[in-house]
Amino acid sequence: MTVNDPSSTSLQLTDDGQLRHFLTLDGLNRALLTEILDTADSFIEVGERSIKKVPLLRGRTVVNLFFESSTRTRSTFELAAKRLSADVLNLDISTSATSKGESLSDTLLNLEAMASDMFVVRHSQSGAPHFIAESVTPGVAIINAGDGRHAHPTQAMLDMLTIRQHKGRFEGLKVAIVGDVLHSRVARSQIRALNELGAAEVRVIAPATLLPRDVESLGCSIEYDMVRGMKNLDVVIMLRLQKERMEGALLPSEREFYRLYGLSREKLALADAECIVMHPGPINRGVEIESAVADGPQSVILNQVTNGIAIRMAVMSMAMGGQMAERTRRQAGRARV
Amino acid sequence: MSSLKISGGRLAGNDTETTMLIRDGRIAALGDTAVREPSDRDFDAAGCILAPGFVDLCCNLREPGNGQKGNIASETLAAAHGGFTTLCASPDTSPVNDSGAVTNLILDVAAKRSAVRVLPVGAITRGLEGELLSDMAGLAAAGCIAMSNGARAVKNARVLRRCMAYARTFGLTVMFSPENQALAADGYAHDGLVASRLGLLGIPEVAETAAVMEMLLLAEETGVRLHLGQLSCARSVDMLADARKRGIAVTADVAMHQLMFTEDALADFDSRYHVRPPLRSEKDRRALLAGVREGAIDAITSQHQPHDSAAKQAPMEATEPGLSAIESTLSMGLLLVERGELDMTSLVRALTSGPASVIGRSAELREGAVADLCVFDPDASWTPDDISLCSVGRHVPLPGKDLPGVVRLTLCNGQQAWPGK
Repeated sequence: MTVNDPSSTSLQLTDDGQLRHFLTLDGLNRALLTEILDTADSFIEVGERSIKKVPLLRGRTVVNLFFESSTRTRSTFELAAKRLSADVLNLDISTSATSKGESLSDTLLNLEAMASDMFVVRHSQSGAPHFIAESVTPGVAIINAGDGRHAHPTQAMLDMLTIRQHKGRFEGLKVAIVGDVLHSRVARSQIRALNELGAAEVRVIAPATLLPRDVESLGCSIEYDMVRGMKNLDVVIMLRLQKERMEGALLPSEREFYRLYGLSREKLALADAECIVMHPGPINRGVEIESAVADGPQSVILNQVTNGIAIRMAVMSMAMGGQMAERTRRQAGRARV
Repeated sequence: MSSLKISGGRLAGNDTETTMLIRDGRIAALGDTAVREPSDRDFDAAGCILAPGFVDLCCNLREPGNGQKGNIASETLAAAHGGFTTLCASPDTSPVNDSGAVTNLILDVAAKRSAVRVLPVGAITRGLEGELLSDMAGLAAAGCIAMSNGARAVKNARVLRRCMAYARTFGLTVMFSPENQALAADGYAHDGLVASRLGLLGIPEVAETAAVMEMLLLAEETGVRLHLGQLSCARSVDMLADARKRGIAVTADVAMHQLMFTEDALADFDSRYHVRPPLRSEKDRRALLAGVREGAIDAITSQHQPHDSAAKQAPMEATEPGLSAIESTLSMGLLLVERGELDMTSLVRALTSGPASVIGRSAELREGAVADLCVFDPDASWTPDDISLCSVGRHVPLPGKDLPGVVRLTLCNGQQAWPGK
């Protein structure tokens, strides 16, 4: 089994290569990633209309299944579904069923009885959306809204859309991802997307305690010294630092982290003059990024949020399209028999 | 008592056909003498291999207390189906086997319902909590053949040292799965390429090797007979060989699945292959295989851990570790032989005389020996599925695959254990 694991591919793609679920960027090729970006571009225009709706998911039910709470990701998924004219149900499971001891399988069986067409899943355990995709009835699409430390593919794709808007291309780009890569599902998906889309170099910049084992195997180089790592950068992506990291003996203090790995104006000045600054949010001002940088001219952090809605519309409509095409084929197959 | 004549089969490690006569629970005659003797029943073993009954140093029977995962009757029948006749039963039961009363209960149930020989392993610490010594002498008197802390860690090196010294007093063998709890922390997968890519919490190699080193040093100091169970790292095999050179009384085993699979088995979040210690790298797998071939590793275990289906139906982090492996242990071994990674002699040794000597027993097919044996057809195949499996646990390795090696007959103490009645 290689990095582009075939079984993972067959789980999220239909026989003719359309998206059926959106679980991970592993196994998705450049053409498909580009199609997602192009589709999202076309939806950006919808958000600028006075009536911000298209009927692609009319009559469909989308369930936002959040086992881990999140305001921003859930609201952008909700807006995306509504702009596609779907009916949306938000379930905050972190405070209901599982705390009463119900297993994930049982929760799912109950939700399936509600005849939904799509689950948008966020879960604290890596692989939970895979598990759900393997167990749901055929025809129901699963969209990963972040699982454990594994993947956050819509976040990575909206980051790619933002980069493409500002840089116009991926070829030749030098990109750094700075901070807590170890615990970051966003970083894993970004590294994969940047490699597939043809970026020239992906650097991770962090102390050894915040890097996964053999991280280079994901397709990046390691730089412990941020001053050196900022040289010639076209894009710098800052990751959120959770306060708990100090307690786990991974870092000595916020102050030392900020001094060594925080993005200050001085450090940003070492990068290419056109370098853009990104952050998946929510940002910790003064911990991983200086306020003046977060709000400065090179920051594209707010573009990322806008693009999030378009990317999620793209992925939801494409996965539903794949499921519909498959359903039609299944029915045609039955008719022939 | 009736007699049984097995003819047409070959002894493991020997290519000539032989005949074996079993009478009164023992091997009464072998070869030409057996041919001439009369018998009440005959068994045609043409094309089959005759091997001593397999000995498993690490097997979970789940009784008492975990009936939804398995029981002595179901899991010993599964063992007989896999060619095993002697099982060292892990103390991880409920209640824990940390008193003579629990040992007696296990032996009583086994006497009534077990298809094969069950040898209880006692808990070395009370409740397996890793803090207080258990009544080891009492456990041994009740029939425990060794002391272990099951799949759980002993709290610290001081308790471990005292466990070893106390066991040493009574000449008991101690069995430990080496894992440094602080380094393993919340991990559940090998800290390597696959865990990094999938965002699984890793158990670093050093969680095992640091514990192996600590245990070897403490065994050397206390003079206890130490058995290291279920090794998973290449470095552990090297340290083991070095310790032996220094004259430390240490033996070791490896679970069959560690010889067969690597971290790649988890590549699609397959919770089935969530095992402990975790499946590691290809380099580790090769070193473990070499350890078995060269004799540094004495035994291969099934590390049989039957579960109910709910224990495996969840994202990996929420599942329980372990495979229901005892029925396919032989088949996996034969697959390794087919691939040229293991030779038949090493495989049979690591399933029979190797583990037997760890617990001071023998496993030989000679005249006068107790008739513990299995007859298997290496060229026939079977498929693990709901019809063929006896274990309550259905999370078998390689489900639905055509596997080589069908056990035709298992005798324990001369009694037919498989096929079951």
